[in-house]
Amino acid sequence: MTEKIGVYVCHCGSNIAGVVDVEDVAKWAAEKLGRQGVIVARDYKFMCSSLGQELIEKDIKELGLTRVVVAACSPHLHEKTFRIAAQNAGLNPYLVELASIREQVSWVHTDKAVATAKSKAVVSGAVSRVIENTPLEEIKVPINPNTLVVGGGIAGIQSALEIANAGFHVYLVEREPSIGGHMAQFDKTFPTLDCSACILTPRMVEAGTHPNITLLTWSEVVNVAGYVGNFNVTIKKKARFINEELCTGCGICQEKCPKKVIDDVYEAGLGYRKAVYTPFAQAVPNYPVMDKENCTYFEKGTCKACEKFCPTNAIDFNQQDQLLNVEVGNIILATGYDLFDARRVSNYGYGRLPNVFTSLEFERLSNAAGPTTGNIVLRDGKTVPKSVGIIHCVGSRDRNFNNYCSVICCMQGLKFAHLVHERTGATVYNFYIDMRTAYKAYDEFYQRVLEEGTLFVRGKVAEVTDAARYSNEKGKLIIQTEDTLAGKQRRIPVDMVILSSGLQPRHDAKEVGKMFGISCSTDGWFTEKHPKLDPVATMTEGIYIVGCAQGPKDIPSSVAQGAAASARVLDKILQKEVALEPVKATVNKEMCSGCRICNGLCPFNAIAFLADDNVSEINPALCQGCGTCVAACPAGAISGTGFSNEQIIAQIDGLLMRNLEPVEA
Amino acid sequence: MNKYLLYPGCSMESSAKAYMESMNTILEPLDLHFEEIDDWNCCGATEYLGINLIPAYSLIARNLALASKQKNGTRTVVAPCSACYLNLAKADHYMDERPALGEKVNEALAAGGLHYVPGTLDVRHLIDILVYDVGLEKIRNAVVRPLTGLKVVPYMGCMLPRPDYQHRWSDHEHPTELDDLLRALGADVIDYPLTTSCCGGHMTQIGPETAFELIRRLVADADERGAQMMVTVCPMCQMNVDAYQNEMNNFFSTDYHMPILFFTQLMGLAFGREPKELGIGAELVNSRNALAHIGVEVPVTQEPAAPRKKDEGLPMPRRWTKHEDRKEAVK
Amino acid sequence: MTDERVRAGLTHEEDLSLLHEVSMKTAGVSRLEMCIQCGTCGGSCPAAQDMDHTPRMLFAMLRAGMREEVLRSNTQWICVSCYHCVVRCPQEVHIADVMYTLKGMAIKEKLYENSTAPDFSQTFVDMVETYGRSFEMGLASRHYLKHFPLRLPGMMPMGLGMIIKGRMALIPKKIKQMDQLTKILDHAKQLEMTS
Repeated sequence: MTEKIGVYVCHCGSNIAGVVDVEDVAKWAAEKLGRQGVIVARDYKFMCSSLGQELIEKDIKELGLTRVVVAACSPHLHEKTFRIAAQNAGLNPYLVELASIREQVSWVHTDKAVATAKSKAVVSGAVSRVIENTPLEEIKVPINPNTLVVGGGIAGIQSALEIANAGFHVYLVEREPSIGGHMAQFDKTFPTLDCSACILTPRMVEAGTHPNITLLTWSEVVNVAGYVGNFNVTIKKKARFINEELCTGCGICQEKCPKKVIDDVYEAGLGYRKAVYTPFAQAVPNYPVMDKENCTYFEKGTCKACEKFCPTNAIDFNQQDQLLNVEVGNIILATGYDLFDARRVSNYGYGRLPNVFTSLEFERLSNAAGPTTGNIVLRDGKTVPKSVGIIHCVGSRDRNFNNYCSVICCMQGLKFAHLVHERTGATVYNFYIDMRTAYKAYDEFYQRVLEEGTLFVRGKVAEVTDAARYSNEKGKLIIQTEDTLAGKQRRIPVDMVILSSGLQPRHDAKEVGKMFGISCSTDGWFTEKHPKLDPVATMTEGIYIVGCAQGPKDIPSSVAQGAAASARVLDKILQKEVALEPVKATVNKEMCSGCRICNGLCPFNAIAFLADDNVSEINPALCQGCGTCVAACPAGAISGTGFSNEQIIAQIDGLLMRNLEPVEA
Repeated sequence: MNKYLLYPGCSMESSAKAYMESMNTILEPLDLHFEEIDDWNCCGATEYLGINLIPAYSLIARNLALASKQKNGTRTVVAPCSACYLNLAKADHYMDERPALGEKVNEALAAGGLHYVPGTLDVRHLIDILVYDVGLEKIRNAVVRPLTGLKVVPYMGCMLPRPDYQHRWSDHEHPTELDDLLRALGADVIDYPLTTSCCGGHMTQIGPETAFELIRRLVADADERGAQMMVTVCPMCQMNVDAYQNEMNNFFSTDYHMPILFFTQLMGLAFGREPKELGIGAELVNSRNALAHIGVEVPVTQEPAAPRKKDEGLPMPRRWTKHEDRKEAVK
Repeated sequence: MTDERVRAGLTHEEDLSLLHEVSMKTAGVSRLEMCIQCGTCGGSCPAAQDMDHTPRMLFAMLRAGMREEVLRSNTQWICVSCYHCVVRCPQEVHIADVMYTLKGMAIKEKLYENSTAPDFSQTFVDMVETYGRSFEMGLASRHYLKHFPLRLPGMMPMGLGMIIKGRMALIPKKIKQMDQLTKILDHAKQLEMTS
């Protein structure tokens, strides 16, 4: 045995030491693993602190350690920290192994004896494994300075502008005809009540005219290949049936189009648009699109009213979908959210009772540019409500629908209360479970709404019904709830009900995530690399997530994330090249039978089949070292650097303490 | 598959006899074969569960055990009574959700030489079978006397659509199965927001005032919406709304007359059967006027005379008027 | 209870085992500890107006260990088992089944104010244990005679109507294997939930 191994056991404050006898583990390693080359074993309160790291560096230099095992948290968190420490002391960073005794031991056990015994086994496994580790060198690849931003809501716009302003090129792709996202539908924004359009449209225009931004609306990403620094993205530019070069955005085609369609997207189903349309007056870009499915010409072969009246001959019925290929180094996903379908809470009557509205419907209703020019009226289009009930948590915090809190609904409900009060003078009730106004100036807004006389009832509404029980309820919507503070059931007759519907992941989030090689949480939101310390990065290098794609959030947080991701991207771009983890899989061509099982399994599309040689080959730049193919290969032809069979078997031997006395559990 | 095991339940043999009789008339035209579970016992309604947990579930599970022995080519048990349906489904579900309960119940069943493995049977309600197995198309085709012009509110009650362990219904709050079925018979179905509201259950027995209020809500709303009758799927609902309607009227000083029939009785009528074969006329709030709208004549059976109230005075001779000879009633 | 606690206005001992006991005795997995006090149950209840405490409040008391107040409450007896609260509860608490458990516990500890409901249940159970089937005629007449004798004349037309129309059997039906059922129930009564 020629290796000199140091073992470092971390207390992690009381995180580990509260359950594991760390001193005993260190002492045991020094005594029992000496035969395997352990020459020093220490424990320390916070191994990741600079003092802890210095401890390791000092031992490497003074004792000439050739291998290091750190028994601490999961490698996700601090592997990099200790590798850098080793490198600083002149040891190849890949000769450091982390033994997770926090996530895998102290956080999942309560019995101290069992936890200590298991920690010893985990350390023993890591020691046996580290002996088999080989020094590895990082792979450097150049970074393409262009960036793709998917989704043109406020988060995506912010990301695009930050990068473009720094002097780098951005492709901003948006599925709808205009950028602006949900924010463009709102009238006012909480807590300051700025006009949403007033603060958003300058940003939209800037994004639309920026020399460094290529704006691709009415477009969708259909394929992503490549890896950090070198992505190759295919974008489908859907046929607009409008020649963008000729169109001046005069709007005559929309005016003349005879086909009226309910606008489910921008007007949230509460208003109409034409078959050829721009969703709203300030749309960016200002060219319309033609909705092929509803266009009379495409349906029946006659009409062409738009073509007849277009002053610049910009209508082109022969336009086809186009596929564009762009090369980018980094990708930011800002794909946003869908509104929870309130019809699912059938006891609230949405879709059955006309005067029950969703939050987005109310946004349009209260918007000066909306279908009622900002007049808050009932579904009949004219009656002003005298009393309005706003129901929070619709579809959120409910195991029957979505388990999570949708974050924005409390403040949104307060904003609605203010708007109703201001515009109609109606009596307003807010029904809530818990009032959550935790952010700068949010609770002050709550105070303001209280002061305005909005009535608050603490209770999750049981039902909204039109079945009157008493004479004062006739012709009203009755909100039945328990006033949990009074401890009494109440029936409150109102004219209008607004459902503060929750936010949901986009219906196609799973497929989109798969295309970009990132995962979704059980709730369906894109998963960040670290919930606290790396909220905009993902487990796939070069792919970032911002705004509601990552989870429910309001405008300030979305903007902050948009900017944060841009900083991360700029950091990458300015480094000019990126170091890739050398943990990669390789195919032994002699042993490969060409069965192609690995091809379909690779989550990063890193394996190509070479038909001429009848073997599979792994692109080292794409491979993330996950090991799926290694495990799946029936011929045992694939091995992973850093995860060789020798390393794995040695680790198992170590875990089972094959060289030691059995430990009582 | 059109063969099923039948768990009729106690009410079907007494207070809801009309349900049983009318159900039997629709089986043949729809090619359904029901085989009664031999020697079934009471499910305990909502009473036994509140006394003693393990005996209550053992009582229910004896029926499941008997049925699983009798299978005879089917694993589906039909329970036409909502309370029975829920109890059987619940025992099956909880014996599985909480294995400790399943073990205890089987320990008790063993004393009678029986055993039940949760999940062996599929417990379903009659209307579930009709809408989802038989299908509305087949029902529509069997109609010879469409119920056109009969204004009805569909009343599903509580224990059928809820808690719905197996997700059988379109909605827990506003299920449409009964609406759809009645429409298939040609009836004029009125949207009834109280379709799954409670009839009071056993409260008619133990706290009548509570129950009267619940019955009032149902009847008043049906009346307000212009219904000529309510249509139910549950013996308990029928009993409460029908037999206690008069008492409820006395309690609130109201004067509702809202007949309530079983959906199978209307199916029988639509399939061309006569009222007396369907137990029509056994209801206390008679459906004669309502059914006259579709040209069905219900023979008069003897109605019990209301006994005189104690503090009620005796009738006075009519006051003389000059117009006496014209024989006009005096107000 | 100690004197100083009583003087301080504390009317009950906190019995923190109550929640566990109720969960243990409830048919499925009660999830009582998950209640977030949102009031969906109390808002949904069609009979809440007649209850001493809404179900939500009862659960708060239950968690606070107010054993006697909880078991003496009329809430569980007013529950009509309509399951509206059960399907709407955002935390999937098995509310209706907890109500059954509380009834059973109240009967066992004789903690109820009005005997109508427990008696009705007991009478029903007696019938079932004797015949294997319920017997509406016997049940109704026995129950009304005991609890609502003054109501009986008012009920006459209905009762009479039910009999005339053949909707109430005058003689109870009995299952064939009554001895088997008796054995099962006798054995079941000796069993307790332990996990």
